[in-house]
Amino acid sequence: MIPLSWYLILSAALFSIGLFGVLARKNAIAILLGVELMMNAVNINLVSFWRYLDPTRMDGQVFAVIVFAVAAAEVAVGLALVISVYRRRKTVIADEIDLMKW
Amino acid sequence: MATETLIWLLPLPPLLAFFLIVVFTNQNKGLSHTLAVGAVALSWLGSMMVFVRALGVEHLGEHPFEMSFPWLPTGETWLRIGVLVDPLGAATLFFVAWTILMIFLYSIGYHNYGQPAGDHDHPGLPPHGATVTDERGHKHVVPSVEPMYSRFFAFLGLFAFGMYLLVVSDNLLTFFVGWEIMGLCSYLLIGFWYGKPSARDAAVKAFMTTRIGDMFMLIGIAFLYSATGTLTFREIFTEKVLHALEATPTPILGLSAAGLIAVLLFIGTIGKSAQWPLHVWLPDAMEGPTPVSAMIHAATMVSAGVYAVLRMFPLLSLDSGAMAIVTFIGTFTALFAATIAVAQNDIKRVLAYSTISQLGFMIAALGIGAYVAAAFHLITHAFFKALLFLGSGSVIHGMEHGVLHTGNHHMDPQDMFNMGGLRKRMPITFWTFLIGGFALAGFPLVTAGFWSKDEILADAWAHHHYIVFITLAVAAFLTAFYTMRQITLVFLGEPRTEEARHAQETPWTMTIPLIVLSVFAVGYGWVGIPEKFPLIGGLLPNWFHDFVGHTLPEVPKAPEFSWVPLLTSFGVALGGLLLGWLVYRNVKSPAEDPLQLPVLKNKWYFDEAYGFLFVRPSYWLAEVLVYRWIDQSVIDGILHFSAQATQWLGDRIRYYIDVWIVNGFGDLVGYGTQKAGRKMTPIQTGRIQQYMISAILAFLLVSVVLFIFFQMAA
Repeated sequence: MIPLSWYLILSAALFSIGLFGVLARKNAIAILLGVELMMNAVNINLVSFWRYLDPTRMDGQVFAVIVFAVAAAEVAVGLALVISVYRRRKTVIADEIDLMKW
Repeated sequence: MATETLIWLLPLPPLLAFFLIVVFTNQNKGLSHTLAVGAVALSWLGSMMVFVRALGVEHLGEHPFEMSFPWLPTGETWLRIGVLVDPLGAATLFFVAWTILMIFLYSIGYHNYGQPAGDHDHPGLPPHGATVTDERGHKHVVPSVEPMYSRFFAFLGLFAFGMYLLVVSDNLLTFFVGWEIMGLCSYLLIGFWYGKPSARDAAVKAFMTTRIGDMFMLIGIAFLYSATGTLTFREIFTEKVLHALEATPTPILGLSAAGLIAVLLFIGTIGKSAQWPLHVWLPDAMEGPTPVSAMIHAATMVSAGVYAVLRMFPLLSLDSGAMAIVTFIGTFTALFAATIAVAQNDIKRVLAYSTISQLGFMIAALGIGAYVAAAFHLITHAFFKALLFLGSGSVIHGMEHGVLHTGNHHMDPQDMFNMGGLRKRMPITFWTFLIGGFALAGFPLVTAGFWSKDEILADAWAHHHYIVFITLAVAAFLTAFYTMRQITLVFLGEPRTEEARHAQETPWTMTIPLIVLSVFAVGYGWVGIPEKFPLIGGLLPNWFHDFVGHTLPEVPKAPEFSWVPLLTSFGVALGGLLLGWLVYRNVKSPAEDPLQLPVLKNKWYFDEAYGFLFVRPSYWLAEVLVYRWIDQSVIDGILHFSAQATQWLGDRIRYYIDVWIVNGFGDLVGYGTQKAGRKMTPIQTGRIQQYMISAILAFLLVSVVLFIFFQMAA
């Protein structure tokens, strides 16, 4: 059986890639993609810990399902925002959307 | 209705009338006087019923009508209040009810009810007359109605309540309450025409002077209560309590507790009954409307003073020292006031001084132990003095008619030298006044005043008080003299002024009371004719002596008959009347009056002496000592100093604490935040990824710190 650490390494790698994407990419859609990656990394963590620690309990799977649902909702809202911003400002570059400047 | 219940109800109708008039009917003159007269008529009816039932009770003295209930808890005992009608109370109730009813009725006419409102009348001033035009177009000036008519009846009602309350009280507390209500009403009614400065001053003077007496009376009541624990008359006048009071010595004047209490209560009487040295208010009280003078200052309120001494007689008679004081005050006042009365020219002032003098007779009678004689004279005096005052009011009213006719408002309608010959113009007033005057003078055999005054003299003689006897005889002589002087100047001879020539008889509301009272002024004497009196003695039983005498546990004996006081009574009354007529029948003006001596005219300078001794020092005390020195220097000084000190302290606190510390801290927080915010603006770039980087860096930093921390902890 594949040891738990492999899953954790995969999940950490996936999370780091996602974080890098969120911090480094200019395109707002790409940032959203990075966020998705980070969430899926978390999901891998949840499911693998469930499988390896106490498979009789359903917590991990349930958490993963909830995260899916939240992620789907978040993507819907996020993409809608991006589209809205694009319609008004003709850009999806995060640095140019500095509405929160003081 | 049970008699006791009826007695409880006696004082209430006038009180009710007072409130109704004040609250509801004060705009309606007719309704107001109907209420007031109706209320006293009810009280009169009740009083008569009580009186008749009292006559029917055997040994009323031992078993009087009484009823009381506990009212005020005082520690372990109760202060009880209640009603009591014993023979003295019943006799007093009789004359109080009659005089009050008559005076109420009289007031309707006196205040010109039914006449038009005056042309220039103001509330607070006597009415000045109204101009009316008759059908032929002639203008007439007629008397105008009193502007504050309802107010007058309201006050009279309250007064009647006070008097009834006082008479039916079975204890000193409610007695004192009634006493003080009458004091208040006296003040209000003397100052009824408050627009006149003289009336205002007289009201204040009356109130202040009687207050001195009342203060001592209150002390006496408090002393009595602390000594015996009760204020109920019949509980005080028991053998045990009286004996204990008699046996207790006090440090003052060598009087026993009984004597001291009696003297303290008697000082209240001195104030209320206007005895020397507190007599000064009564003559000035004549500023009030005449029914007030009649009711308050002749028939009822001043009688209350004598009634108080009669009530407390069992206590008073225990101490010979107290009796001596009472005798001296009474005798001295009787003579002293009579000397002043002979030189007064104001018709009401003569009567005022004669009231003081007659009250002195009663007080003197009490001092020598002539209890029944004092009560007798109290009642006869109330009748004939009320009659005289109402008669004088009628005269003044008639004279004012004359004044309205001539239009000469500068003439004093109360000055007897402006009158003369009024017997033809005002026959009813003349005859009733003559009866009242003869009763006052003690005209032998016919009048009530003779029998009562004779009894006082007989008592004085029989108990060997010769100085009192002689003094009172002289006073009685002067009484007859000034009474005849008054009658001669007012009614006999020819009119001395145009106004007197046009004087007019007064309406029936005023003359009816005169006639009723003159019946009593004659008839009431017949109930007290001594049994040993030559010829007519024993024809009628000496009812009064038997009845009222039984108020006391030991019925006082009627004095032995002696010719000396009888002949003295005859002599002084007839001699005084004759001399008065002889001297004054041809006197035309004050200049021809032989007795206008400055010292009598100025009332022995008592007003001036009191002014110098008490009033001016009081003003000095108030103006210089209290106002200028204590108030302005000391109290204001303290205030100003503390104000300045507080201001100085406030300034210091402001500069050093408020401005520096509190404001400084506040400013520091405010400006600091502002400054920090301004310095931090550059990091608010609005770029979301920069924020995220800083968030992650902070997260890492915190993680590292926590890691190190947990490592160290582990």
